[in-house]
Amino acid sequence: MRALDGVSLEVEEGEFFGLLGPNGAGKTTLINVIAGLVRPDAGHARVMGADVQSDYRRARRLLGVVPQELVFDPFFTVRETLRLQSGYYGLARNDAWIDEVMHHLDLTGKADANMRSLSGGMKRRVLVAQALVHRPPVIVLDEPTAGVDVELRQGLWHFVRRMNREGHSIVLTTHYLEEAETQCTRIAMLKEGRIAALDTTRNLLGSFSGVELRLHLDGPDLPPGIPGKVLERDGHAFRLRLANYRELEEALARLREAGITIREMELHPPDLEEVFLRLTK
Amino acid sequence: MTRFATLCRKETLRFLKVSIQTVAAPVLTALLYLVIFGHALEGRVRVYDGVSYTSFLVPGLVMMSVLQNAFANSSSSLIQSKITGNIVFVLLAPVSYVEFFAGYVVAAIVRGLVVGAGVLAVTLGFVDLPLHHPAWILAFAVLGAALLGALGLVAGVISDKIDQVAAFQNFVIVPLTFLSGVFYSIHSLPALWQKLSHANPFFYLVDGFRYGFFGVSDFPPGASLAIVAAALLAVSSLNLWLLRSGYKLRY
Repeated sequence: MRALDGVSLEVEEGEFFGLLGPNGAGKTTLINVIAGLVRPDAGHARVMGADVQSDYRRARRLLGVVPQELVFDPFFTVRETLRLQSGYYGLARNDAWIDEVMHHLDLTGKADANMRSLSGGMKRRVLVAQALVHRPPVIVLDEPTAGVDVELRQGLWHFVRRMNREGHSIVLTTHYLEEAETQCTRIAMLKEGRIAALDTTRNLLGSFSGVELRLHLDGPDLPPGIPGKVLERDGHAFRLRLANYRELEEALARLREAGITIREMELHPPDLEEVFLRLTK
Repeated sequence: MTRFATLCRKETLRFLKVSIQTVAAPVLTALLYLVIFGHALEGRVRVYDGVSYTSFLVPGLVMMSVLQNAFANSSSSLIQSKITGNIVFVLLAPVSYVEFFAGYVVAAIVRGLVVGAGVLAVTLGFVDLPLHHPAWILAFAVLGAALLGALGLVAGVISDKIDQVAAFQNFVIVPLTFLSGVFYSIHSLPALWQKLSHANPFFYLVDGFRYGFFGVSDFPPGASLAIVAAALLAVSSLNLWLLRSGYKLRY
């Protein structure tokens, strides 16, 4: 089975990069290749110039990975877990930074709690903290918000955005398209191990869908010459697809000229979900 | 150095946190063997001249505990980490395969020696034990624990499930330790069994270890030590080869 096929991409320094795709598209495999957990049959991966195979020590020091699975070691407390993780990176005295990371992830109160006793959301935070103990310039989050409540999700994004602002490059895989839409500046969409799309979030949204206009009018007819495509009509209600905002202006002008009154109006901007569905269909 | 020390520390802490199961239980088991076998066989089995059967039994039981617990430490820790997935924390970090090997094996040595010392401490209440060559005692204990810790690491690497590790323990390690002369001197065996015992690497461990206490052995201790060192070298090489290839750890 070929999990990845000819994937070639480069994430720029300081970028917030999204890796999207349906289940089995190869997102986690790609991340595992970068992390050195999976050895590719061909090709190579580099983290800031360090080859993940031949220069693995440097590559792994530059990289922090938050795994998708909620894994933990039931023998240890949160603080012990973070101290051990620091040690694996060769950091013998790291307590000041561990305290800071725990503070930002709201873990301070649980520092001496056993990992086993934590809720799923708390375990997820510890995974994030473990990925950050060595202050990696590149942070990879593999579905970090799967099964996480809204409050934690917001806290997590707040923290990750801050890391990004401070210069860390972020690579994110997610199922939640609105997350990718709001967080990522650039997106790769994977499908069956190949890159189906690779562009800035703005371009992807722009190129794939226009604006959807929903109208509720005082009459049953649209004025003649109104731009766009009518998707649905139901009595006095209409759904139109417009290519851009210029067409919206034109549509409103036509309505005014025809003396039609708008009772209700809604505008739906482009949506990554639609792009995603169209690309992965 | 920090990476190796951390892994070793983690593996040591891991068994100390459940020391009732990992230290106290095997000490009790050894004590039961001593009480029951000592009571049943004292005066009936002849071993070395001037050495009572119960005294003879103690070093054997100590070595058996060292070996079985060293094996249990590395094998069960690694298979549990693989099954629960938390091995990923070590695999993501810049820990080399040599550091990985050394961390697990040194912690297994610590566990073996702690349990062995525990067994020795409680059995000394029952017997008087001479102490002819302490250096040999320490050398065989450390090499034996290292050999079994390394074997446990191999078992942990190649197994996918806990029952595979358990099978390795129950069908290889336990029979080899029981047949290594813990409970008898191989000179009391028929010729064929004596020969077969010489093919068991654990025999040299028990025999050499006993030499340190009584100053007598079935086999020259220097040769025993060389055989054990060679076995350790072979198993370590296998380990390093497996770990370097990433077999069943990195895919």
